[in-house]
Amino acid sequence: MTEALIQGLLLGGFYAILAAGLSLMFGVMRIINLAHGDLAIVGAFGVIALTERTGLSPWLALALVLPVMALVGIALQRWLFARTLRAGILLPLLVTFGLGAVLQNTLYGAFGSEARSLGSALGDLAWASWELPGGIVVGQLPVITFVIAVAVLGALQLLLNHTRLGRAIRAAASDPEAAALCGVDAHRVHRAAAAIAVALAGLAGALLAMQATVEPYGGPTLLIQAFEAVVIGGIGSLWGTLLGGVLLGVAQSLGALWSPQGFQLAGHLLFLAVLGARLWRNHRHQLGRPALPAWRHPRAARKAVRA
Amino acid sequence: MSEMLLEVQGLRAAHGQLVAVRDLGFSIARGEVVALIGANGAGKTTLLRCLAGVHPTAAGRVTLAGQDITALLAHQRVRRGLAMVPEGRRLFDDMSVRENLRVAGDHGRAGEWTLPRVLEALPALPPIIDRPAGALSGGQRQAAAIGRALMTNPDVLLLDEVSLGLSPLAVEEVYRNLAALAGRTSLLLVEQDLSRAMAFADRVLCLREGRIVLQGPAQSLTREAVTAAYFGVEFDVEAERPMETQP
Repeated sequence: MTEALIQGLLLGGFYAILAAGLSLMFGVMRIINLAHGDLAIVGAFGVIALTERTGLSPWLALALVLPVMALVGIALQRWLFARTLRAGILLPLLVTFGLGAVLQNTLYGAFGSEARSLGSALGDLAWASWELPGGIVVGQLPVITFVIAVAVLGALQLLLNHTRLGRAIRAAASDPEAAALCGVDAHRVHRAAAAIAVALAGLAGALLAMQATVEPYGGPTLLIQAFEAVVIGGIGSLWGTLLGGVLLGVAQSLGALWSPQGFQLAGHLLFLAVLGARLWRNHRHQLGRPALPAWRHPRAARKAVRA
Repeated sequence: MSEMLLEVQGLRAAHGQLVAVRDLGFSIARGEVVALIGANGAGKTTLLRCLAGVHPTAAGRVTLAGQDITALLAHQRVRRGLAMVPEGRRLFDDMSVRENLRVAGDHGRAGEWTLPRVLEALPALPPIIDRPAGALSGGQRQAAAIGRALMTNPDVLLLDEVSLGLSPLAVEEVYRNLAALAGRTSLLLVEQDLSRAMAFADRVLCLREGRIVLQGPAQSLTREAVTAAYFGVEFDVEAERPMETQP
């Protein structure tokens, strides 16, 4: 049980990196990027291809692939997403869905349907673990992934709060027109946000390929997990994304204790429960009622009776 | 004659099929304060939004300091020296007042309006500088919005619905702040309070159905002339009497 909780916590780091890009893109551009999972797979295959063909270490290959993914994000924003944004909410959904299909089939054409991994290129690290008191075994790679997640989210927080670009991103996300009236070039801000989001997707994909296998058609599954982490943690909060990822990971790990199929099922059930709770809260808010019914506030209810 | 800073010729704008601004032309001199008045739906806000570059113009030409800015986007106009305080203030509510000001300072023009200068000129701001913009009162929000616009170092400042929703005390405070700018920065302000508009502005433009129906120096226009134009009776300023309006 304790081991499952720790594994779930560490898995949450991976989900947080994956979900942060999706959340950033939605928060700034109001695009639900249905190709986000496929872009993660592209990043993974980029690192795999570079490692296999040049013999570079996966970490060095990752350092080379990330700037390329950022450039891909800029190009996609400039020549694809920006054009769809003018046409309402439906077109970006359709276009990113189509982009996902194109990426999947391109990867299939280039690499075949075989599942790939960076495990062998990592050597001993792929299997290395620490043994904690109580006989709990923790893999080193999941711990490294979690540390990377905290570092990446911390760096993003610093960027958003303490830099010129970060303030512009937050302003454009809050009110694009008011941001333009302050001199903020929304197109540049959107390109920067897309660069960060796609690079984060690439990073998540590469980290996944280090711990598991990836295959060309694996993007939609990753998208669902990222989407669930974002919804559980709340859109617009980086640390909320980490919390959402951790809760999703813990739910999946506990579900796997119950049955092998319980891994995915428990995550989906948690997502549905949180979504239902949010809808319930919004519904009560629209009716002008408190978020929780009166029976959940016994002290307040007693006061009301006395009054 | 003083130098014309902002010149508008034949400006036309619409909301779908509805024409909101019709072949409108006027100019504003450097340091001049112009009040834009008119009933609801007269086209005042649309005109200001067109000038700021956040509403498309169907025809016409806008020049700022002799340079054609008609095709420029809103952020490019800000960098040429034209800023706007929009209706509803439109602050970034999740950000502090300091961050709101810094966004504008980061992306506007360099000039005399730095953060310390703005805080000195707008005394309402220093006590609330680190508070979230979403937690401010109406008057504080207006002061923060004016400060944010000043941080871009504008030559021309457009202010939409200056006193809308503010308490009388807050309105006094806002106009004290604006009086400190007058003479240095050209102001074009939309104001529903006719008396205040005429007392504060150098010149008054009255809009009705997207057209200028009356304009002139604030001191020379009678309240009757302005009221007549405002409510739809065009006024012959030379003859000092209402004209028959065209249907």
